[in-house]
Amino acid sequence: MCKTMDIQNFIQNFAEQFDELNTELTPETRFREVEGWTSLVALLVITMIDDEYGVVLPPEEMRKTQTIQELFDLVQSKL
Amino acid sequence: MYNPFSLSGKTILITGASSGIGRATAIECSRMGAQCVITGRNMERLQQTYDALEGDGHIQIIADLSEQEGIETLAEAIPNIDGLVNNAGIGLNKPISYIKQEDLEKVFQVNTFAPILLTKALLRKKKINKNGSIVFTSSISAFGSNFGRAAYGASKSAIMAYMHYCARELAGKPIRANAVHPAMTDTPLIYSGTLTEEDRQRDMMQYPLKRYAKPEEIAYAIIYLLSDASSWTTGTSLIVDGGLSLL
Repeated sequence: MCKTMDIQNFIQNFAEQFDELNTELTPETRFREVEGWTSLVALLVITMIDDEYGVVLPPEEMRKTQTIQELFDLVQSKL
Repeated sequence: MYNPFSLSGKTILITGASSGIGRATAIECSRMGAQCVITGRNMERLQQTYDALEGDGHIQIIADLSEQEGIETLAEAIPNIDGLVNNAGIGLNKPISYIKQEDLEKVFQVNTFAPILLTKALLRKKKINKNGSIVFTSSISAFGSNFGRAAYGASKSAIMAYMHYCARELAGKPIRANAVHPAMTDTPLIYSGTLTEEDRQRDMMQYPLKRYAKPEEIAYAIIYLLSDASSWTTGTSLIVDGGLSLL
């Protein structure tokens, strides 16, 4: 599954994993600090990335990312 | 020496014996005096289990139980057995909104269909002796223990229900059927998923005993259910989870 990634689209997909989101997400958002971030949301995000972009993120590598942009870059580097 | 938990004189078939709980069960069964028939898909790793067995007369058979041919070949090749450990399984960590048809097919094929069809094949070929014992490796996920385990848990819950029917329908032979339900156990299965080491360390702290199970700690529960010490126990679920279900 090789397609060009778009950060806005990625953010939208990311945001959809929260039940309720009161913060506006930007590429600079440190996602682990967002209200409502739980280990279930983390699993949902990992699964969404696999589903949408065909990238299986090693959990250890995902752990090193802080912002949505960094996560986006990591996923893009594996496309 | 008096020991009602001994497996001396019993022949035990263990599936999924090339790693994890299956390997530990095979090794501990051999230490308890059983003749082991071990099966798995990976020749090299199955050989490692075989080499670790104590005593003589054990048998190893490579078989892919996800295919009917593998089940038939295994059922044909083995001697009569006194115990069957339906243990081979695969994990899946996926939230419910992402579960796909192929996920379900894969996880149910290995965790549910294969043990049901193997049990059937062994019964039809009359390979399970009178007073035999069938043990299923289920999971606490059968009870909805954690998020992300819906498909896996459904497959383990299905095998638990099947175990109940085995206990009823096979009681006349008499053959007993029971299940063990481990929580997280230190096996390759838990390192292949979506958890980091940090996640695992944090998760362990939820357990009253503050760690994960060692595979042999599940094997001991299986041995109890295989042995004559459990001759009045059938249709039960033995939860072996370090107290996690108490929370």
